[in-house]
Amino acid sequence: MGENNIEAAPGQYVSRGNKATRTGFGEALLEIGRENPSVVALCADLTGSLNMNHFRDEFPDRFIETGIAEANMVSMAAGLATTGKIPFAASFAVFATGRVFDQIRQSVCYSNLNVKICASHAGLTLGEDGATHQILEDVGIMRGLPGMTVVVPADYSETKRAARAIAAYEGPVYFRFGRPSIPDFSLDSDGFEIGRSIELHAGKDVTVIACGIMVWKALEAARILEKEGVGVRVINMHTIKPIDTLAIVRAAHDTGAIVTAEEHQVYNGLGDAVAGVCARNIPVPIEMVAVDDRFGESGKPDDLLAKYKLTTEDILEKIYLALRRKE
Amino acid sequence: MAQDQKRYPAEKKGELLQLATLDDLKVMARQVRRDIVRMLALANSGHTGGSLGMADIFTALYFRVLNHRPHDFGDHHGQDLLYLSNGHIAPVWYSVLARSGYFPIAELATLRQINSYLQGHPTCESGLPGVRIASGSLGQGLSVAVGAAKGMKMDECDGRVFCLMGDGECQEGQIWEAAMSAAHFGLGNLIGIVDFNNQQIDGEVSGVMGIEPFADKWKSFGWDVYHCDGNDIEDFIATIGKIKAAGSSDRPSVVLAVTVMGKGVPFFEGTMPDNTNWHGKPPSKEDAAKALEILSETPYGDF
Repeated sequence: MGENNIEAAPGQYVSRGNKATRTGFGEALLEIGRENPSVVALCADLTGSLNMNHFRDEFPDRFIETGIAEANMVSMAAGLATTGKIPFAASFAVFATGRVFDQIRQSVCYSNLNVKICASHAGLTLGEDGATHQILEDVGIMRGLPGMTVVVPADYSETKRAARAIAAYEGPVYFRFGRPSIPDFSLDSDGFEIGRSIELHAGKDVTVIACGIMVWKALEAARILEKEGVGVRVINMHTIKPIDTLAIVRAAHDTGAIVTAEEHQVYNGLGDAVAGVCARNIPVPIEMVAVDDRFGESGKPDDLLAKYKLTTEDILEKIYLALRRKE
Repeated sequence: MAQDQKRYPAEKKGELLQLATLDDLKVMARQVRRDIVRMLALANSGHTGGSLGMADIFTALYFRVLNHRPHDFGDHHGQDLLYLSNGHIAPVWYSVLARSGYFPIAELATLRQINSYLQGHPTCESGLPGVRIASGSLGQGLSVAVGAAKGMKMDECDGRVFCLMGDGECQEGQIWEAAMSAAHFGLGNLIGIVDFNNQQIDGEVSGVMGIEPFADKWKSFGWDVYHCDGNDIEDFIATIGKIKAAGSSDRPSVVLAVTVMGKGVPFFEGTMPDNTNWHGKPPSKEDAAKALEILSETPYGDF
């Protein structure tokens, strides 16, 4: 970490190349495991896909392969937590949420146990496997649970910082990341505090609030509009719950219009969370870049993002719409 | 956790009690049954049948079998751990927890009332001593116990992990995921106890969704299987003794404990003439009064 060879201009984030967030997860898990002997990891037959083989090989006694039995894995993690362990229970996001909602609700959240649900391959960018595996409802499912913290990091480096913060935090966490290699741009100096968003780009005409893979695209949109004289504030809302209310209210106050961007259904995700804060505090025009109440399909990640309207151009379009509504 | 949840006050401890003889245990089991009937009648809701049926096993566990420290509940080192998977029989658990000193018996009067620590199904939300995890939605507890047994092994703790389940509950698929994993992980420190009363809400287990051949299922999943009369304290204690004596280091054990739902109050026992049972019904005031005549008072006194 911290070896950013490419000089970034002040206030400007540049890509150091593409890396997968799941890679960041696997590397961070190993580092955290070295530092804290209470950390244990569980995986349901996807160890390589989640890059957990490093942890498994170095700490075979603290790694539990549960086989294809996610309900057992999550409840086991809760049982481990009752003996003082810090379990990171991991699978694909589709199996780590909907399939085990009841286990997470009762044995993890209601029981307020220190279990980290780690969910990879979220969203459309899982790609060719298609809609059965492309969960776009997980953030909504998890954010509805009392006591649950929901974290969606923007890139490889932030995934590593987020993993550390999650390990240090005591309580249930839903940690969502993905399969594809995406621009790695965030900086160690950004820090990572659960519940505190990060302003990546200043602007006073409109704010884009994004999470996950959409953060880099939001930055791209802001730079394009900068040349046209439109000031776009970009906020990396890496924690969906508890949401950073203050940052949202400030953005609404300062810029008067908000666009949200997420790789998730338009219902119940980041967009609805932001809209709820605005409706309760400071109503402003809000546009949402998200999947419009449909299931995904097989395809290459970038083709899917284009078809389902999750590109930089789609963010630009919603920004123009928000600006028009603001007038 | 609900943000306004009141925490159980750590200083509020129950009175420690140890019982010396088998007769003491039998009298205590009667007191536990009195507690159950009185709690449920006060609450006018709750699960009568399974609670009464398991009174003997719970009494034996907390006053003879378990190595436990009611006033030092939080530390899992050097203790046995118990998980109740079929959370609806919480009344019998609350009674023995209070009677063995986890919290004052006066708490028992609050079952199912608003702001009570004694929720309709058990929860650790308030930090109530004795309860390590919430249960109620069935099928999760054995997995939890598997995780705890793994945790105990990682810490090289020599305590055992007990998991209580219902027989109807074993219709849940997750029980068998857990059973498979317990054997795979070689959890000789795990003891399952199934309340084998052949009753569930909709009727007899054998009629609703048969689970036989039950013992063979556990055996084929890699468990050592023991049978006992779950309403005979002596037989139950002897059965746990056999498990400990066998000393199997890498095979989990399960006790199929045959009990009678509603045991101790004849008009709550087993299947009623109309094919219903007392799984989920509380006794009326009149029923409670009649039951308490049968379950005569004990030296331990009512809450």
